[in-house]
Amino acid sequence: MSTTTAAPPAVAPIQGRSRRRRIARATPLKYAVLIGFAIIVLTPVYVLLVTSFKTIDEIDPAHAWSLPQTLTFDAWRQAWTQLSPSMQNSFKLAIPATILSCVLGSMNGFVLSKWRFPGADLIFTFFLFGMFIPYQAVMIPLSLLLDDIHFPAGIPRLIFAHVVYGIPITALIFRNYYSTIPDDLMEAARMDRAGMLRTYWSVILPLSAPAFVVAAIWQFTSIWNDFLFAVFLITDPAKWPVTVALNNTAGSLVTPFNLQMSAALLASLPTLIVYILLGRFFMRGLMAGALKG
Amino acid sequence: MRGVRRWGPGLLLVSPSIILIAVFVYGLIGWNLRVSTSDWREANRTNGFVGLDVYKELRTDERWSLDLRHLFLFTIAFVVGTLVFGWLLALLLDKGVKGEGFFRSIYLFPMAVSFIASGIVWRWLMNPAPGDRASGLNVVFDKLGVGFLSNQWWQHPEWGALALALPAVWALSGYVMALFLAGFRGVPEELREAARMDGASEWRVYRHVVFPFLRPVTLAALIIIGHISIKVFDLIVAIGGKQIVTEVPAIYMWVLIYDARDYAKGAAIATLLLVGISILIIPYLVYTVRQERRT
Amino acid sequence: MARNEKRRLPRLSRGTVFRGALLAVASVLLVVPAASYGGKKGVEKTSATSQLQVFSWWTGGGEAHGLEKLIAIWNKQHPGTPFKNETVAGGAGTNAKAVLAQRLAAKKPPDSFQGHAGAELLDYVKAGQVEPIDFIYKKYGFAKIMPKGLISQITYKGHIYSVPVNIHRANVLWYNPAVLKKAGITKVPTKWPEFITALGKAKTAGVIPLSLGEQWTQKHLLETVMIATIGPARWATLWKTGNGWNTPGVTLALNRYKTLLTYTNSDAASLTWQDASKLVADGKAAFNIMGDWADGYYRIDLKKKPKTGYGWAATPGTGGIYDWLSDSFTLPKGAPHRAAAVLWLGFLGSRRAQDTFNPVKGSIPARQDANPKLYDTYLKWALSQWKTNKLAGSLTHGVVASNAWNTDVDTALGLFLQNKDVAKFQTSLVNAANKNT
Repeated sequence: MSTTTAAPPAVAPIQGRSRRRRIARATPLKYAVLIGFAIIVLTPVYVLLVTSFKTIDEIDPAHAWSLPQTLTFDAWRQAWTQLSPSMQNSFKLAIPATILSCVLGSMNGFVLSKWRFPGADLIFTFFLFGMFIPYQAVMIPLSLLLDDIHFPAGIPRLIFAHVVYGIPITALIFRNYYSTIPDDLMEAARMDRAGMLRTYWSVILPLSAPAFVVAAIWQFTSIWNDFLFAVFLITDPAKWPVTVALNNTAGSLVTPFNLQMSAALLASLPTLIVYILLGRFFMRGLMAGALKG
Repeated sequence: MRGVRRWGPGLLLVSPSIILIAVFVYGLIGWNLRVSTSDWREANRTNGFVGLDVYKELRTDERWSLDLRHLFLFTIAFVVGTLVFGWLLALLLDKGVKGEGFFRSIYLFPMAVSFIASGIVWRWLMNPAPGDRASGLNVVFDKLGVGFLSNQWWQHPEWGALALALPAVWALSGYVMALFLAGFRGVPEELREAARMDGASEWRVYRHVVFPFLRPVTLAALIIIGHISIKVFDLIVAIGGKQIVTEVPAIYMWVLIYDARDYAKGAAIATLLLVGISILIIPYLVYTVRQERRT
Repeated sequence: MARNEKRRLPRLSRGTVFRGALLAVASVLLVVPAASYGGKKGVEKTSATSQLQVFSWWTGGGEAHGLEKLIAIWNKQHPGTPFKNETVAGGAGTNAKAVLAQRLAAKKPPDSFQGHAGAELLDYVKAGQVEPIDFIYKKYGFAKIMPKGLISQITYKGHIYSVPVNIHRANVLWYNPAVLKKAGITKVPTKWPEFITALGKAKTAGVIPLSLGEQWTQKHLLETVMIATIGPARWATLWKTGNGWNTPGVTLALNRYKTLLTYTNSDAASLTWQDASKLVADGKAAFNIMGDWADGYYRIDLKKKPKTGYGWAATPGTGGIYDWLSDSFTLPKGAPHRAAAVLWLGFLGSRRAQDTFNPVKGSIPARQDANPKLYDTYLKWALSQWKTNKLAGSLTHGVVASNAWNTDVDTALGLFLQNKDVAKFQTSLVNAANKNT
């Protein structure tokens, strides 16, 4: 039954005819507040940037705000040298894993909300509950388990782990989203004797863009930034993703803060690009809206 | 089409995920539970069953109580902070402003930056050095004339843990904003139009039409933020290292498992964290199930 | 609608494009990596040719540099057994140790791994994960060239389990000569009462008397105070037997420690060890107690001149005592290339290796036949001290206490720092000793 009148989800498609969203004339006050927040949010980024251009004798808590006295690109150069080999691994990991994870989440979410079976809610709870296990506690048995089943070592192992542990949250996002799709659409598909897969392909998937965006942003970020799984499940240093290389910039006794900052900023660029790209899709997806009811 | 032929395919489609979760999550939870009730307290694995002894030990463990207190304070500040700021930012962006994409990307950016580096920056920003050695945010407060805001941040003996939530709020508010923004925009425009036609002011439109729609988004955000909070580890270690003054359960768990090799106690903490979080999600699940039944 | 009529569902061009794109991307990204990973058998292939996999946490600074030099020598001497450098960073190897635990549990050990010499290795010994290497010591005569005290402090039940590559000293008092002059401190304190007087003078002069950093540096400070108060012999007994914690000597040490803390900066928990050292270098603090890796930081990173920009001495009350710690390497059981690993350990204990690595790293060899000409100002002093001083093993850096015991001490110390209750602290330490012996 429809849950349209009930409250919707994490993300929802626009229903109805009015496609044009009024870009309301934003008051100067609104802009002021938005810009104010932007400045606050960017303050730590300022410190990151500024520190990445300093030499190590200029770096201490008391000088967090100061601009560098001697501007140097050394930290950036070193960051690039240390990080670029593993960037490739990160891409090979994050892109397939995100896509796989989102597709799987979409299918799971669809079934759990629109093509339900007895006990669907229980299964959903079953998924959700698993999200809360603290992974540090089970890293060793997990890696032993993967060894026992002879899962291909290296990046595939990591992709697998992220897809599996991404099942709960992607199911959450998609299930919530799909539950707002009016059941009339499902009815229409049933009238046409469309089976489950065809319904998914023809009715559900076209509407899924915003949910994919929200899920992809989350998954890409957590997979790209993950350190724990990467360092435990991959033993060959040549296959480590960028987060391990980033961690290794810490040095062992003296911490080169400038290197850590430049490396962190470097490592965050792909994720930022993903946000920007997906963000546009997000808005366009929402603007385009759904079928005419 | 009735019965199994109807819902069979659905179950089939979901079954790989069910199996994977059963093995890789519940299997490991089971393993963890077994270890927590065993006598495996040092490097050599032993499998004797000791029931709830380790849990009893935790009850009188002062370090554990301290960790719980820190976690409690942290969670409250983190959850309230992200929900409030995420909601506020979404509200501001809801009607669409010029440069929305630009603002959105800025607010999302903190989530992209690894805690390894931003943790260091926050440590500097929250430095409590007094007087002429004041630095970080304290010195900014002084310069801006709001010196009374200067404080000891997370070194405050009682309420310090609240300060630890600040970097977390900074990092996650953007994502909560994205969730709320989608939630706001999921409200059918007709409903808003209809209310406006009836003469409602914009604020009342929000209050009576839009906000009721937000309950599930809020709950979903609560779940996501809550689950990060309970397991928080990287962020705290990046800021405060492995010191007891900032410790939370997940860090104690790590120390027990990988330093002290007290596997049973570490596993017990993991189990308790899991139990703790169920208290959070059970209301959500009850709510959703009720929603489904109602319609 | 007739049932058999084929009716197309309404389609959105945007939706179609989206699905098409998704399908295309998904198929490309699944097929390509799958194709490239196909053919690999379950576990990572171990090379048929020989190699040497060494696991450490030396990811930066002088250590990485020194390791690179050793690798160069090794690769030249053993071209058929190239060095595979596996490092994971994380202060004093905290992340590395976790990853290592996993590899050992999975029975995929490296050929050799780094560990602090001493009780820290006990976990591995007890779990049967490392081999005793007495035979290596015998073959290369290490016992004759390394100090007897050192050898005895790393021998467990008659066996030795690692080769120490370097020696660091923990009980070093660093100071800023200009600040001392300004504060009217004419002599670097060597005894407790002089120390308190000097700290008082610094306080009056408006500088931080003793700069301090986060919790582990506070443990580091504690051990120097304890060694100074009860002496190296009783210090050794505390750890070897677990007895003696409930004595007035320990009470005095803990009280002195509490007093000392009142002369430190209030933001200690927010500072790393190097931030605390920088306070001294910048003239904001008079003294700092830290291990001698600080020398590299002062000299190379902060570009200060030894003896003029910064100075050093044994911490007050520990003159003639070397509070030592050592990075060492082990022989894991089941090392994939055991023969190479044995050669590696022999190489590490050689004069050439130690004199190559240590000047760059900023430490001194465990061997007593180092060539002083290769070493810097501070290290020359350390070398002379190493020859004659009594030895006391470090607590903070894994010589005298196992990881479990160290964790219990951390708990006791962490809680003490909150409530400053000496009696409670001492009781916790007694309990920790009883639990771990």
